[in-house]
Amino acid sequence: MEYTLFPLCEYAVTVRFASYIDEAVNDIVHETAARLQGERKEGIKEIVPAFSSLTVYYDPVVAGNYADVCAWLRENIGSTGQAARHSTRTIVIPVCYGGEFGPDLADVARFHGMTEDEVVALHSSGRYRVYMIGFSPGFAYLGGLSPRLATPRRPVPRTTVPAGSVGIAGGQTGVYPLATPGGWQLIGRTPLRLFDPHREKPSLLSAGDIVEFRRITAEEFARWREEHDDGRH
Amino acid sequence: MMMDVIDGGFFTTVQDGGRIGYRNAGVPVGGVMDAWAYRLANALVGNEGDEAVLEATMSGPTLRFHVETVIAVCGGDFPCTLNGEPMAMWKPVIIRPGDVLKVGVCQAGWRAYIAVSGGIGVPSVMGSRSTYVPAQLGGLSGRPLQPGDVLPIGTAREHNIRKPFRWGLSSDAGRYIDGKTKTVRAVPGPEYSEFTPESRRQFFAARYHVTPQSDRIGYRLSGPALVLGREREMVSEAVVFGTVQVPTSGQPIVLMADSQTTGGYPRIAQVAAADLPVLAQARPGDRIQFQPVAPEEAVQLYIEQQRRLGRWIAAIRRQWGEKDEND
Repeated sequence: MEYTLFPLCEYAVTVRFASYIDEAVNDIVHETAARLQGERKEGIKEIVPAFSSLTVYYDPVVAGNYADVCAWLRENIGSTGQAARHSTRTIVIPVCYGGEFGPDLADVARFHGMTEDEVVALHSSGRYRVYMIGFSPGFAYLGGLSPRLATPRRPVPRTTVPAGSVGIAGGQTGVYPLATPGGWQLIGRTPLRLFDPHREKPSLLSAGDIVEFRRITAEEFARWREEHDDGRH
Repeated sequence: MMMDVIDGGFFTTVQDGGRIGYRNAGVPVGGVMDAWAYRLANALVGNEGDEAVLEATMSGPTLRFHVETVIAVCGGDFPCTLNGEPMAMWKPVIIRPGDVLKVGVCQAGWRAYIAVSGGIGVPSVMGSRSTYVPAQLGGLSGRPLQPGDVLPIGTAREHNIRKPFRWGLSSDAGRYIDGKTKTVRAVPGPEYSEFTPESRRQFFAARYHVTPQSDRIGYRLSGPALVLGREREMVSEAVVFGTVQVPTSGQPIVLMADSQTTGGYPRIAQVAAADLPVLAQARPGDRIQFQPVAPEEAVQLYIEQQRRLGRWIAAIRRQWGEKDEND
């Protein structure tokens, strides 16, 4: 696939495959990121995939100048689309839908003329792709929400949304990794920690993962917290 | 090895060189806003490099020390006192147990760096001691200092200092902080060509004011609105410290040290890394005059700045060497 290279700043170059969001393009982004990770060149510090591009951060003193890094990229991006596929993990996220955990579930159901159970069944039957991690620590941009669940944001954002809240905003769905203000329609909450700075891998999700949501009861939510929570937060 | 926070100042956080290697997890790099003042402050107290310091904004903290150590305050013009007596910035100062340092209200510039020999010893989180307040990450409980806080200090090297330091940096070291109108060099950004010719001209011709809605995450500027030739849906891509984004309001935002890792607004420019300290010392009301430079030129400016910094640090190390011999 064609791509363009441009400097983001003195120490980063972006490889852009397209200017639109597309699953096949995102696949190429992840395959390329995986290949470049494997080719590790000295002075290359980070390779960060986004929707349709990836950005390579380097130390200009060690890795060379922009032209040197571009030459290395051209050598190694090669004929994308046929080489080593990146491994895809599937992460199941348990969600307690509705009630105090999903205060907007009723509104979302009413908006679409569905029952709450129908919304939950549709949301928890999807397979969602992690296009990229960004916006805030551990926040995953997920693709794959059924168009039948697309719901506008709340007119007035909440001043605080609890960590783990699962929401819908327009055609997107996602999980708030941290307690932050937010305007998404909240349909449930997961007891999982999407971001924990003290874990070896702080973000539960990585770009390229597949996410599935599984419905759990409030009792299961409480039990999960008891079993896994070591009292932090 | 502790110090007490008597007063936290307006917004004082623990910062170091930043959290590298976690952009894949959506974690901002963070770290100091003004790396020039930071590195000189660390060198002045005899630290090797990337030790954590206190970054004060607008008005500084009041601290009581319990140990003998060496400190230095660099950055904007913050009147400092030690036990009520005026204390100079940009030089090493001996601290005795019980000493009280008061870093006052900023007269010029906007940020000061308080370095302590051995560094601020808060635990390292994801490879850095930097405070990232939005996620309550790092630093002291992930938040700015408050009265009553107790800050650990790292182990200082053996000083055995008896006589006060008679040397410090010349005022040239802080020259970049002067002036209410700051010239900031910037490279046209990835979406620069998508702005109208008038907007492209305005961006580099007009002066943009720093608004009060400016912090470690970004500076919101106000001035002539910048518009795209043709509106289009942007796909989120990487952004870094110094990226100038233009949201639909047309008023540019310069992303600063706590910048998120990705952004979805068109990027009209990228501030040259060499001029980020200038921007970090701009305060609300100051005017920014962007000046275009080519990407290669920005790299060259940065290399030259690092060389200059290296010469200052080498000179400081020589002074420390002589100090050790004389004492």
